[in-house]
Amino acid sequence: MLSGLTNTGVLDPQGPIAHAERLILLDSTAIMLAVVVPVIVATLVFAWWFRASNLKATYRPNWAYSGRLEFIVWSIPALVVLFLGGIGWVSSHDLDPGKPLESEVAPLEVQVVSLDWKWLFIYPAQGIASVNRLVVPAGTPIHFRLTSATVMNSFFVPQLGSQIYTMAGMATQLNLQADRPGTYPGLSAQFSGDGFADMYFDVQAMPQAAFGDWVATARGAGPALDAAGYAALAQESSKVAPQTYRGVDPGIFDKIVGMQMPQPEGQQNAPNATVSPRGSN
Amino acid sequence: MLGKLDWSAIPFDEPIPLVTAVILAVVIAGVLGWVTVKGYWPYLWRDWITSVDHKRIGVMYMALSLVMLIRGFSDAIMMRSQQALAVGGAQGYLPPSHYDQIFSAHGTIMIFFVAMTFMVGLMNFVVPLQLGIRDVAFPTLNSVSLWLTASGVLLTNMSLVIGEFARTGWLVYPPLSELKFSPGVGVDYYLWSIQISGVGTLLAGVNLVTTILKMRAPGMDLMRMPVFCWTALAANLLIVAAFPILTASLAMLLLDRYLGFHFFTNELGGNPMMFVNLIWAWGHPEVYILVLPAFGVFSEVTATFSGKPLFGYRSMVMATMAICVLSFMVWLHHFFTMGAGADVNAVFGVMSMIIAVPTGVKIFNWLFTLYGGRVRFHVPVLWAIGFMITFVIGGMTGVLLAVPPADFVLHNSLFLVAHFHNVVIGGVLFGAFAGYSYWFPKAFGFPLDERLGKAAFWCWFIGFYVTFLPLYAVGLMGMTRRMQHTDNPLWTPWLLVSGVGAVIIMAGIGFQIAQLVVSIRNRHRTRDTTGDPWNGRTLEWSTASPPPFYNFASMPVVEGIDAYWTMKARGVERVEHEYEAIELPRNSPTGFVTAFFAVVMGFALIWHIWWMVILGLLGAFVTFMVFAWRKQDEYEVSPDELAQLEREHAEGLA
Repeated sequence: MLSGLTNTGVLDPQGPIAHAERLILLDSTAIMLAVVVPVIVATLVFAWWFRASNLKATYRPNWAYSGRLEFIVWSIPALVVLFLGGIGWVSSHDLDPGKPLESEVAPLEVQVVSLDWKWLFIYPAQGIASVNRLVVPAGTPIHFRLTSATVMNSFFVPQLGSQIYTMAGMATQLNLQADRPGTYPGLSAQFSGDGFADMYFDVQAMPQAAFGDWVATARGAGPALDAAGYAALAQESSKVAPQTYRGVDPGIFDKIVGMQMPQPEGQQNAPNATVSPRGSN
Repeated sequence: MLGKLDWSAIPFDEPIPLVTAVILAVVIAGVLGWVTVKGYWPYLWRDWITSVDHKRIGVMYMALSLVMLIRGFSDAIMMRSQQALAVGGAQGYLPPSHYDQIFSAHGTIMIFFVAMTFMVGLMNFVVPLQLGIRDVAFPTLNSVSLWLTASGVLLTNMSLVIGEFARTGWLVYPPLSELKFSPGVGVDYYLWSIQISGVGTLLAGVNLVTTILKMRAPGMDLMRMPVFCWTALAANLLIVAAFPILTASLAMLLLDRYLGFHFFTNELGGNPMMFVNLIWAWGHPEVYILVLPAFGVFSEVTATFSGKPLFGYRSMVMATMAICVLSFMVWLHHFFTMGAGADVNAVFGVMSMIIAVPTGVKIFNWLFTLYGGRVRFHVPVLWAIGFMITFVIGGMTGVLLAVPPADFVLHNSLFLVAHFHNVVIGGVLFGAFAGYSYWFPKAFGFPLDERLGKAAFWCWFIGFYVTFLPLYAVGLMGMTRRMQHTDNPLWTPWLLVSGVGAVIIMAGIGFQIAQLVVSIRNRHRTRDTTGDPWNGRTLEWSTASPPPFYNFASMPVVEGIDAYWTMKARGVERVEHEYEAIELPRNSPTGFVTAFFAVVMGFALIWHIWWMVILGLLGAFVTFMVFAWRKQDEYEVSPDELAQLEREHAEGLA
């Protein structure tokens, strides 16, 4: 049970961002534990020692002020916060999701669109797209631009680090990298309606050569993501099996951000729209 | 004629809400029948429903809250069991459309109708007594506040049987809550329930702020007020400042949904992120509206049961007011992941951490209040110590989430869920329960059963850890909140343990119900004749238990912090024989009638029954006019009557 805790998720980082974030998590916890543990122990010890039945304890019925103690009492949390505030300030800038990763390798551009209820990944340079599976070359920085075609979602791959919201009509940015080949689960971290629980995807990091093969295969098969293809995809659906598109309309991402693509119909539009029957789906 | 309402609104095909509805109907009919048979209606109408006595109103608020705790907890146990069952591809027993309503209702009910309602009730009951006065500033308005809260409660619960509740989460983020994505009545139920009860809360805030600032007993300077009154002042200032933001944000969403505006839609220049900002500009102060009164309770409890004044009174006051101000400057930490720049995130991260300083000071001050005391381990002390241990852990995970890059990987995960339950259960709820057991003998004249109270405490304390430590773990493993089913075998054992924890908490609630029943049954044997069962320090303990309707026969004169303790130390006699005539507010059905029309209006708005909307609005307005044009609103108790009442009370005790 415990091994699961350290072998998956946030505590098992697989990229530079996730590594840095785990370090911050552990450091901050350690700093705070240095105060929290003594406070808990002192609470138990004081309460027990000064119990009414313990006549050995000194009773000070009027003791209510000590300037020296007050000074310490304000100083301890202030110092901890000063320290953590420093960590927070520096790390917010270092790990800003929009900040490009330092690397010898040129970054791969991926555009992410959250739909009801699946993920669309567009590779503009390669001219292909993929649904519910994000394939990336290991060791290459990925620069994401993200938006939503409908409601808000949050793009999150716990083992790679930072999540970020996808929001209709605007594009957010994120920079991540997978260090080693492997499969890393990703999901939506922002509730988006009835199909939300199935809104997960796999990130497959593979060696550069294998990635090239995958791109070549994708280019040679499947439908194209044109306006009609997108309109079909944008309809509500969940548990969509991963699939690829051999070509994409260039600039489709910006059109989605600019709300120029056909809008999917609203969610939960049961035949009787006034009362969506419970138990539909 | 009936707008959108027709038979399809009743969930005949859904056994869970239907069976619940039938059971509820039977229980309500049973209670009403019992009241009728026993002939209690006149008593209920006179002494409770139309009462403007702050003590009665406070008790009704708290009773309402405890009933809603059972509703909110039923939702909780359904969520925990669903997540324990719906693993590895299984779907559990709640389809998404139902599960989504349950977590939305759970959050709404627990925050607005359990935590908030209990704290407002407690402040209502305790503050005037601690200030040594006879009522709040606006007694009838107080009754209006209570009954408007009850209206919100009623509407929320009606959604169980007629229609549906929101399926969007408890803060109805647009665009999901917009008409396009939530065409049903669920979001409307949410919006009108919160709008109506929100007006009640705002009025309660105005009332208590005025009371505390303008109506203290002679000699009760601000810096002599009990710390609970200080925290009440801070909480109510926050209500006055923050609730209008909530009302305005929800009003804009209502305009979107009802009149086709585009404040928060995706299209036509709407901006959903504006709603997220606004709702948290209310939402973060709300956290402190809930927890500050709890801090006040713990201050009273640790001091009383240690037999010492509170350590560092001035620090405590400063810390309280610092939190009051700072709580408005941190709202952005609820959405670091929206993609604001590094500078914005960093500023809000650091601001959030700064709140931990005054909060930390408070913890140390309670610690040093215990130090050098003679701690008597009654039930309220157990809650206080349980709180101190639990709350520092919740505070730690909170500061962790305030570090933006840590939040990037923990946001919206079950780690976050565990964190806020850690502070809301460990802080607010433990505070509510400490206050409940501490002031219960004052309110009713007999104490709560200690043995069952301790059993309840241990179940809650242990149950909390068994439920939420596993959620911290799965959160770190990447599990996000609001999942109707999961398919990760590594999460399953943790979710099962968490389900067991919820059952332990259920046992705690069982003990609390048993405690109430047993205590009422033993009331004659355990009656408190002193009015001061705990050897208290503040003025509420200087009057009888339960206090007479006029609270104090003669106004107490305050000569220091811990006014009653000072009096006892100087040997001042409680009974004085020179009485002056006192004026008290008359009962008024205004609150109840207004609230009735508010429910009519709210229900009609939800279902688009426009003639009924007008009826409700008109009814509420006429009620207000009748009240505004009243001729008499007070009555006098003459010195002779007062002497007679006091004598009868003294004889009754002998």
